[in-house]
Amino acid sequence: MCSDPETLDGLAWLACYLTTGKHLSLYWSFGTVLLLLAITAPTALLFGFGGASAARSRVAPLRWLGKGYIAIVRGVPDIAFFLFFVIALDQGIEYLRHVTLCPDWDQPVRQGNDFVVCSAAKMPLGNAPQWLHEVYGAGLAVLTFAIVFGAFAANVLYGAMRAVPRAQLETAEAYGMTRAQVTRRVLIPQMWVYALPGLSNLWMVLIKATPLLFLLGVEDIVYWARELGGTKTARFTDYPHGDWRVWYFGVLLVFYLCFTKVSEMVLSRLMARLTYGQATSGGEAQRKAA
Amino acid sequence: MKTTLIAGALALTATAAFAQSEDGTVRLGTEGAYPPYNFLNDAGEVDGFERALGDELCARAELTCEWVTNDWDSIIPNLVSGNYDAIIAGMSITDERDEVIDFSDPYTQPDPSAFAAMSDVDMSTGVIAAQTGTIQAAHVASEMADATLLEFATPEEAVTAVSNGEADAVIADKAYLEPIVEEGDLSFIGEDVLIGGGIGLGIRESDGELRETFNTAIQSMKDDGSLNALIEEWLPGSATF
Repeated sequence: MCSDPETLDGLAWLACYLTTGKHLSLYWSFGTVLLLLAITAPTALLFGFGGASAARSRVAPLRWLGKGYIAIVRGVPDIAFFLFFVIALDQGIEYLRHVTLCPDWDQPVRQGNDFVVCSAAKMPLGNAPQWLHEVYGAGLAVLTFAIVFGAFAANVLYGAMRAVPRAQLETAEAYGMTRAQVTRRVLIPQMWVYALPGLSNLWMVLIKATPLLFLLGVEDIVYWARELGGTKTARFTDYPHGDWRVWYFGVLLVFYLCFTKVSEMVLSRLMARLTYGQATSGGEAQRKAA
Repeated sequence: MKTTLIAGALALTATAAFAQSEDGTVRLGTEGAYPPYNFLNDAGEVDGFERALGDELCARAELTCEWVTNDWDSIIPNLVSGNYDAIIAGMSITDERDEVIDFSDPYTQPDPSAFAAMSDVDMSTGVIAAQTGTIQAAHVASEMADATLLEFATPEEAVTAVSNGEADAVIADKAYLEPIVEEGDLSFIGEDVLIGGGIGLGIRESDGELRETFNTAIQSMKDDGSLNALIEEWLPGSATF
């Protein structure tokens, strides 16, 4: 039915138009973005937790490491980090593989602008299928996002850990708990309520940071909306149309608003759960209402 | 050219290139947003003059080729970092780019760049839209001292800037503007300018072997006239060899 779109009109044309291979790529990219967010958020939280714990450490070098991580990554513009760091990371991985896999290589690794490693050291291998390249690219993207957002999360968690009332920790100590036990049983369960507002901000920013993915070769929803919405002349497509970007971006707007709304609902339920029984004004209000 | 400088600096500081893989798989990087040179067709695949050309070159050189799309802004850094092995994206050969990467022999003659506008405007003092990091943007910046350059990430946005009045005129490769002028409200104004040294494949400087392979294939297509046939099919009005 879609073989000759010029003869179609109205809904039939629209149905064919919206099911072209290109549009299917757009629909897939929604899934890709959600999947990447679902992986990135916990990973970033892990980085944040590590960073915050390191920054609070009693061992000085570890403390410097944590504080350095938070200060440096928060200070570097995202876009510079995305262009520079990912390439450097990729290069580092390949260099390590090169050294282990090709010990007999006699040419210099750096040749002018280029950095040449043996073909067995490539990541992924040059003859690997395209999807593997994409998964590898997405993996690098997740790691980079996690490092960037982890630094912000680390700062939030660092503040949250200090916000837990000292009296709570002292009470735990009075019961004879060790420092590790105090941290695990009292500090960490209580800090989330202080961390959540900051973390929810980060989550909202992360949701909208996905267009940066295209810098890493991951085609996200904004890329496809721009590509599909652009003016199409009849010479290069069966479905010529004018500048329809406003419609595509309108759909994205609705998507992002809905996503934000759902996030807010989930976060406010989480907040209510975390507040329960806490020595905060929110916890006190819950106690009185009960 | 700001973007070119950034791209160059990045290429210098962070490069991780591989030589062409031994089993003959070559990854071709393109923009996919510059019809008729390269664009995504309805099925979402790379199509256009360079798709046809690239496939033919790979067949002649007995290489297995894979197409990859990449943002124009980061297309050179990603080549030198080895995400693909060649750029085939309507990239004109210029001295500035040649410092960072190598080019194959040109597969088009220097293509005229043209101005398009809604009405007759004085371009020498007007606002001119162009895609960032292109020879056209560089031309406006260096040769048209009194004009204001407005840069956009994609050629599409540069054209839109003229239709909505943000810019007075757009400059781009004539072959790109032709179908837009034909079907839209814009018309060509002023005289075409010849800039750049023709379009070639961008290849890493350390990859001399791949460059030779492509040069041989391009020469064989020039010799038997098949390159001219492709140019006439996809880029009507452009000079042939």
